[in-house]
Amino acid sequence: MGSTAPMEVERPAIDVRPDLPWLTIVWNDPVNLMSYVTYVFQSVFGFPREKAEKLMLDVHYKGKAVVSSGTREEMERDVQILHSYGLWATVQRDS
Amino acid sequence: MSTGFRATKTGVAIKLDEAEASVLRSLVGLVLGLVEPGTTGDDPLERALGIGVATPPVPADPVLARLFPSAYEDDKDAGEFRRYTEASLRDGKRADAVTLLDTATGGRVDLTPEQAQAWLRALNDVRLMLGVRLEVTEEVHEEIAAMSEEDPRYPAFVTYDWLTYLQDTLVRALW
Repeated sequence: MGSTAPMEVERPAIDVRPDLPWLTIVWNDPVNLMSYVTYVFQSVFGFPREKAEKLMLDVHYKGKAVVSSGTREEMERDVQILHSYGLWATVQRDS
Repeated sequence: MSTGFRATKTGVAIKLDEAEASVLRSLVGLVLGLVEPGTTGDDPLERALGIGVATPPVPADPVLARLFPSAYEDDKDAGEFRRYTEASLRDGKRADAVTLLDTATGGRVDLTPEQAQAWLRALNDVRLMLGVRLEVTEEVHEEIAAMSEEDPRYPAFVTYDWLTYLQDTLVRALW
């Protein structure tokens, strides 16, 4: 049980912490559904639906969105979970 | 055609006919055939953590490259990330696929919340596989509507569209 379930991470409601310089970026792709991407943002990050939808729309219309920021290790964990859901996610240093 | 997923007291449910269940199983079987088990080092700790013995290259197959995207622009960082994550990601995708294979039967299919999560990811992996092979764009739905039924790509595109519908109803049943 649970071997395939995503690791739920508890973290503060504020997801972008300017003092922590690494970012998780999600990129637009033609396959992932808008409903699915919203649902994944809600379940992986615990975002309220409205916020998850706004991020999904940024991904869809702007081509990408920053979905979390923090330490490099935290971002790698987020990216790994997003990859398990098939989202196209990358880590980069905030510039 | 099936009416999609709906929420139940214990999870979600869907009615599939035999042909639909069989199509689902064969497509998920293809994903399982593509995604080989993760290989880790002999060291028990490395094995427990899913750390690979060597850095896996970026997969040559575009489907695998999409299922296991590079996490960094920089090749060295991307390779290191693969070494630490790809084996567990492969095992996770295989486990999701196996859950779907074990539960997708003709008739009423009842899924627990955990099984539903596995289906959600497995359906997405199948859609990614077909989407890459068919080179779908965001206008795929309109493209199918305009496509001739004589077009040799038609059956695959219709199947893709059906999977999209299934996945969307599953998300809505889980919300």
